[in-house]
Amino acid sequence: MLKIHNLHATVADKPILKGLSLTINAGEIHAIMGPNGAGKSTLGYTLAGRPGYEVTEGAAQLNGVDLLALAPHERAAAGLFLGFQYPVEIPGVSFLQFLREAANAQRLGRGEPTLSGGAFLKLAREKAALLQMDMEMLKRPVNVGFSGGEKKRAEMVQMGILDPALAILDETDSGLDIDALRICGEGINAIMRRPDKAVLLITHYQRLLDVVRPDFVHVLSGGRIVRSGGPELALELEEQGYEAVAA
Amino acid sequence: MNEEIALRDAAAIEAAARVAEYEHGWSAEIEQEFAPKGLNEDTVRFISAKKNEPEWMLDWRLKAWRHWLTMPMPDWAKLAVPPIDYQNAYYYAAPRPKKELASLDEVDPEILRVYERLGIPLEEQKVLAGVEGARRVAVDAVFDSVSVATTFRKELEAAGVIFRSMSEAIREYPELVRRWLGKVVPCHDNFFAALNCAVFSDGTFVYVPEGVRCPMELSTYFRINAQNTGQFERTLIVADKGAYVSYLEGCTAPQRDENQLHAAVVELVALDDAEIKYSTVQNWYPGDAQGRGGIYNFVTKRALCQGRRSKVSWTQVETGSAITWKYPSCVLNGEDSVGEFYSVAVTNNRQQADTGTKMIHNARGTRSTIVSKGISAGHSSNTYRGLVRVGAAADGVRNFTQCDSLLLGHDCGAHTVPYIEVRNPSAQIEHEATTSKISDDQLFYAMSRGLSQEAAVALIVNGFAKEVLQQLPMEFAVEAQKLLGISLEGSVG
Ligand SMILES: Nc1ncnc2c1ncn2[C@@H]1O[C@H](COP(=O)(O)OP(=O)(O)O)[C@@H](O)[C@H]1O
Ligand SMILES: [Mg+2]
Repeated sequence: MLKIHNLHATVADKPILKGLSLTINAGEIHAIMGPNGAGKSTLGYTLAGRPGYEVTEGAAQLNGVDLLALAPHERAAAGLFLGFQYPVEIPGVSFLQFLREAANAQRLGRGEPTLSGGAFLKLAREKAALLQMDMEMLKRPVNVGFSGGEKKRAEMVQMGILDPALAILDETDSGLDIDALRICGEGINAIMRRPDKAVLLITHYQRLLDVVRPDFVHVLSGGRIVRSGGPELALELEEQGYEAVAA
Repeated sequence: MNEEIALRDAAAIEAAARVAEYEHGWSAEIEQEFAPKGLNEDTVRFISAKKNEPEWMLDWRLKAWRHWLTMPMPDWAKLAVPPIDYQNAYYYAAPRPKKELASLDEVDPEILRVYERLGIPLEEQKVLAGVEGARRVAVDAVFDSVSVATTFRKELEAAGVIFRSMSEAIREYPELVRRWLGKVVPCHDNFFAALNCAVFSDGTFVYVPEGVRCPMELSTYFRINAQNTGQFERTLIVADKGAYVSYLEGCTAPQRDENQLHAAVVELVALDDAEIKYSTVQNWYPGDAQGRGGIYNFVTKRALCQGRRSKVSWTQVETGSAITWKYPSCVLNGEDSVGEFYSVAVTNNRQQADTGTKMIHNARGTRSTIVSKGISAGHSSNTYRGLVRVGAAADGVRNFTQCDSLLLGHDCGAHTVPYIEVRNPSAQIEHEATTSKISDDQLFYAMSRGLSQEAAVALIVNGFAKEVLQQLPMEFAVEAQKLLGISLEGSVG
């Protein structure tokens, strides 16, 4: 599904990713943990093609497609979804309008038929219900006036509607209360825990991993994966801290 | 907002995304009959004679002409206007005269093709084709300067509504025209209005009698089609007591190297309890990226809210023209009358716009709302200029002004110039202004969801302008959304 090989990336001329390699197969859920400033968000942004995040070396493929050669919207059409650590507000544009356009743009990009208004609404209703989000919220402008937790939940609704092959979820759990965490976690399982999909969870906390059980856990430090293991690695990190584990 | 509206918004934007470039840059091959080049008293007489005008009309024109000669061109706007050579232009062009036409079917197929290329809304095409159940819109097609055809005249007539080209109205309803023409915008009002009075070629006249709700939306399509032909349209709409009319004006222009002058005058009159909704989508050729060519658009639009509880609402979406000088205004003379101005003005490349409104509160209890959305990109300059005046005798006046600017890029300018003159202490005047940019974060967020950069810009811009676009009739809103996207293509990144 996702193959990252020796990825080097700079932000504002500062090297952040320094030879990161990672392979994620279809049907797998991986978690990346690591200290603040390690480059976790940078990895997500770089894969999603954020301007200013410059790849200086290495390769990244999604289902055999060279991600790095594509514009951000083409990466989305290729099946990539990035759940933002800090979702962005777009005044005046309702979530429904935003997502319908986005979903149909992706479909057109893949040469698929677009969704009719009715089909889209049905899909949106279904995913909103899955995340226990009131449909009325989706009629409001994108993220405007949403609490931190609501924004994260809306990110998951977006993921459900856009139906990606691979989701990179950047600290989706931060800012969530206990109930919301469970709802989001179960949403991730329902949407992404499938043989043809994969997830890369960026998180600091075991509590999300109690709900979304990862198959693999990696420690990112200094711009590289310094350790990989099974779900037990997360517990070890929680007990001993990054420094001890990464050293 | 309900789901249907949200979806219609989405459908409209979807349509916008399909339109890849400025589509209206071409010129149809239609034979023209020109007035001799240049501007003098003979030009005025030629036009009047061509149109078989009565004596009083010629006198009216000549008076305006003589006054114009004494006037200097205004220079107070924040516009750099190159010198205009009034002698190096034609002031009258008409399709070859033919017999009077009964319907659009009889119109020169070449002209119909022009409208097709212009993308006259499907709804109207359906109506024109006689499709059952289609929404009705009457089209008074102004091709260059002469009205070519008028549809639905009969149905309008049954309702008592007069919808005519100005030349016809002058011949058929001289008393009505004489009573109101120049009463809202007098000939000496300003330089461009005076010029218009002298040489206006044609336009539209609407009269809605007492208590009548006009049974359809009225629309006129303007189009400049002849090289070096100044356009001097003249519109007069009178809504008698308790009448209602919604009027749509839209225009596009083909690509030309030479600048073309457009100086229209629009006069609206609303009597007691009457309401006029006047909507414009303006897409004159803006010139190329280097600022070559494009229309100079100097327009005087004014409404007289003469009657009690009368209401006039101006909505404009301005994306075109190299230079725009335009201030649709309301003179609120009737007690408790209401004036509204909703505007989106987009400037890109080297375009210059100085536009806004005047709300003149002369009577008690009058209210006005101003919502202006300026969008600037490229090396353009976009100025909102608005006057709110409250007379000493006008008690209990309220005005609300919201003035927002959105900047794309670093080389454009946005300016807000509010004038507030209040002579009555009971007035409540509110003014809010914001300036924002489309952030890189917003663009990336939208793109990460699958929208191309241009689709993302169009979406964000349409969101910014939504309050205004919502004021437009549906088929116009669709066109307007398209235009916003098209006008800003290539302006980011
Ligand atoms: N726009 C930027 N300009 C300069 N440095 C940046 C920028 N964005 C991130 N960085 C730096 O990159 C490093 C990695 O950041 P980030 O990927 O956000 O870390 P994490 O998500 O692991 O906490 C940090 O040192 C951060 O300061
Ligand atoms: Mg981070």
